[in-house]
Amino acid sequence: MGINAETNRSIWSRFYGWVDERLKIGTLIEYMSKKEVPSHSHSIWYFFGGMTLFFFIVQVVTGILLLLYYRPGAESAYESVKFIVSEVTFGWLIRSVHSWSANLMILAAFIHMFSVFFTHAYRKPREMTWVSGVLLLGLAMAFGFSGYLLPWNELSFFATRVGTGMAGAIPVVGNFLMKFMRGGENVTGATIGRFFGFHVAVLPGIFTVLIALHLFFIQRQGMSEPLEWAGKPPQQKKYMVFFPNFLLRELLIWLILLNLLAVLAVFFPDGIGPVHWPLGQKADPFAPPPPVIRPEWYFMFAFQALKMIPAHILFIEGELFGIFVISLAGAAWLIAPFFAARRREGEKSPAMVIFGWIILIFFIVMTVIGYFLE
Amino acid sequence: MPEIDQSKRNLLGWLLKGGFIAFLGSVFYPIYRFVIPPASGEANVSQIKLPFKLEELLTDDKKSRIFKFGRELGIIIVTDKDEVKAFSAICTHLDCTVQYREDLGTIWCACHNGHYDLEGRNIAGPPPRPLKKFAVHIENATGEIFVSKT
Amino acid sequence: MVFVKKKTTVPVSALYMFAVWCLISMTAHADACLECHSEWEDNDRAPSKLISTDVHFKAGLGCADCHGGDPTLEDMDDVRQHKNYLGVPEPEEIPLFCAGCHSNPAYMIKHNPSLSTDQFDKYKTSVHGKLLLGKGDTKAANCVSCHSVHDIASPRIPTSTVYAVNIPTTCAECHGDAGYMAEYKIPTDQYEKFAGSVHGIALLERNDLGAPACNDCHGNHGAIPPGVTSISAVCGLCHSLIADEFSRSPHKKAFDDLGYPECEGCHSNHLVQKPQHYWMGTSDSSICVNCHAFDDGTIALTSAETMHKSLVDLHDAYTRAESRTNDGELKGMMVTDLRFKLKEVKQFIIKTGTAIHSFNDSVVVKTAEPGLQLANKVYESAAAKIDEYYYRRYGLGIASLIITMLAVLLYFKIKSIEK
Repeated sequence: MGINAETNRSIWSRFYGWVDERLKIGTLIEYMSKKEVPSHSHSIWYFFGGMTLFFFIVQVVTGILLLLYYRPGAESAYESVKFIVSEVTFGWLIRSVHSWSANLMILAAFIHMFSVFFTHAYRKPREMTWVSGVLLLGLAMAFGFSGYLLPWNELSFFATRVGTGMAGAIPVVGNFLMKFMRGGENVTGATIGRFFGFHVAVLPGIFTVLIALHLFFIQRQGMSEPLEWAGKPPQQKKYMVFFPNFLLRELLIWLILLNLLAVLAVFFPDGIGPVHWPLGQKADPFAPPPPVIRPEWYFMFAFQALKMIPAHILFIEGELFGIFVISLAGAAWLIAPFFAARRREGEKSPAMVIFGWIILIFFIVMTVIGYFLE
Repeated sequence: MPEIDQSKRNLLGWLLKGGFIAFLGSVFYPIYRFVIPPASGEANVSQIKLPFKLEELLTDDKKSRIFKFGRELGIIIVTDKDEVKAFSAICTHLDCTVQYREDLGTIWCACHNGHYDLEGRNIAGPPPRPLKKFAVHIENATGEIFVSKT
Repeated sequence: MVFVKKKTTVPVSALYMFAVWCLISMTAHADACLECHSEWEDNDRAPSKLISTDVHFKAGLGCADCHGGDPTLEDMDDVRQHKNYLGVPEPEEIPLFCAGCHSNPAYMIKHNPSLSTDQFDKYKTSVHGKLLLGKGDTKAANCVSCHSVHDIASPRIPTSTVYAVNIPTTCAECHGDAGYMAEYKIPTDQYEKFAGSVHGIALLERNDLGAPACNDCHGNHGAIPPGVTSISAVCGLCHSLIADEFSRSPHKKAFDDLGYPECEGCHSNHLVQKPQHYWMGTSDSSICVNCHAFDDGTIALTSAETMHKSLVDLHDAYTRAESRTNDGELKGMMVTDLRFKLKEVKQFIIKTGTAIHSFNDSVVVKTAEPGLQLANKVYESAAAKIDEYYYRRYGLGIASLIITMLAVLLYFKIKSIEK
């Protein structure tokens, strides 16, 4: 060793040595280098959390770039987005990637969430990871809802009006909530100001904290193992090292996703099929609403369900009942781990699986009906 | 065997480094072009600087010039009292471009003989509404002319 | 209140009531005519029903001020026997009757100083005036025929029969009635033609008050078709530059000498349509060949060919440039600056259309040239913007290649690590 070792060290190891001398991260690095990921037929689902994270990073980067040119306000928002899309070099690309990545992030989050649910990974000791994850999904949807209004075009104006109007239907707090969201009685420039503040400052702040916690929990606890492994001896359980094997695979997937985003931005800049976000016309609060107002696809299930509820159920107003049921289901979903508290390790929970399928099928069916049968 | 593997691994490493740099280039090139502001500068136009100076306007034989203002056309004139005034150049009748008639002291539309006075008011012919008046600011030191919406 | 004897209270209360009655009848229109006629007239267009909107009534004139007699009389026989009673005037009496006030400047200045007082003089020179007053033809229009009588309104008010938008209908009451007009041997299709013309559509459908109604070309009180040599002067009131060009062109003298109606000859009088390119040229459907031939000793038809080509080339260049610009816009490109230039090209098209009336091919070509060049520039720019759209895919191809290459390398790296 000695002198030879000194001169043979790469830049990286010299850098590491410098930092370790000051922060004593040796044990931490040691710990993390041992991190393993179970390798089995359902391992593919482990990547979806990272995919969601990737899309979020893309959102932050493209969001910051858009911030250079976007100007909130009823008289400048639409014009600035039009400017970005048509005059700024590669503006069309950044905006299109931002829109696509938003939708793909939420899609990846849903897949991640349901895969976690069906592999029972929410169970002890991962209750906090699950709760923070569901909250993160809610925040992501709030990101989507607030960002959708920002171009201030016909599409987003009416969708926001309907969406915030539904919030107003919630009993007791509804009116306050609606006025709080809208910044007044109606959707106006004041609403843009609020949504913008939420979208670029409040939500990112909370999101970052939750993501940090979520990732910390995962790193500390490691990936969950399949239920079937509960009684198996160590020789029958295959693992993959996180650094570098799993990480490199994750990066490969990220690379492919980046390419996918670029292809989508060039060939489908305004979305695909019914999930469309063309810039269109500027919002005109006094114009009649277009014949079809749709929320973003991840709200469609609730929108459609509320549309299909009869006017009255027993003595309760239909819409109110619908909101109540959906809220109840959401709350149950959030605290799902605590229902399975008494399950022993390796024991299946058929009731939970059925609950999960009901939620998933309801979501898919309502979304499909909302788009294709209306 | 291990030697071939080793050299293959080295090649892979170099290719990887090169590929990664190319990748970074293909990501940062659009970002770099994006952050450089385009020529047109601003999205919504509420004030512009005219592409000609006061001297050019004063020595123009028509004593007026047409300029672009956002999506509209504007006309800037010098009256015989040496006042500089600017208006929308789009006739309120059927959208023809108006012109300054120094001989008549009016802004005139050749299409159907409409006339506006030097405050923009429609005074003769078909135009139903006055011309929109703009505010003019002249930077005395440099002779630059700024036109803004009132 | 102490009750005094009957003899003194009656006179006091009677005096009181009489005073009140006097006051009321003095402040209101002391118009027994109106009171009676309001009671028994039941038709919506009866005088008493209309009179409250009438401009004369609002100025304080009552029934008797026009019809004579005593407005306080209540019995119709008494009314008719009154020495000043005029009753309903005959048609031929009406113009002089109205002129009694309306041609009296000293009187009119007290009621409407800016209203002119030459209507009767003008009427006497008009076709209607000459028929009615000269030949006693009561079918001809008098004041009431156009202005109505008990609900007269200022021509500036939209409900007036002589409000610009309503004038064509008012004139067509007689002039559109073939049976009524049979003996006068003039056409009765002017209204239909006018309604289909650019002027008619502008006035009647878009309510553009800048567009001419019948009176703007024919006069109102002195109504007479414009003389053949003054048509371009009349059209030139709005189409001033065109009239100037025409007056300087060889056609002005030629048309006037031949008694050929100036603008009307090519553009029609009532059915004025958007001019078509083929009017100017040498084809069978052109207007030029109606008078000119290739061997008529003039350069007319060769000129016409050149001018036609100029018009068509400019128009085609504009259409091409506009369609390319629309393509670019659909592909998401920003085309505002191109739209500006297209607007300029439109101005050149208008200028060329004006220059046609000089009937001088070099003037026309010179006017159209800058427009042509501009249109071609727009076309090139639009094509360039569309190329940019396709350049994106090319750029994407390159980026995808790089990323795919990197992905493949990464895959091999993973494989090599796991060996």
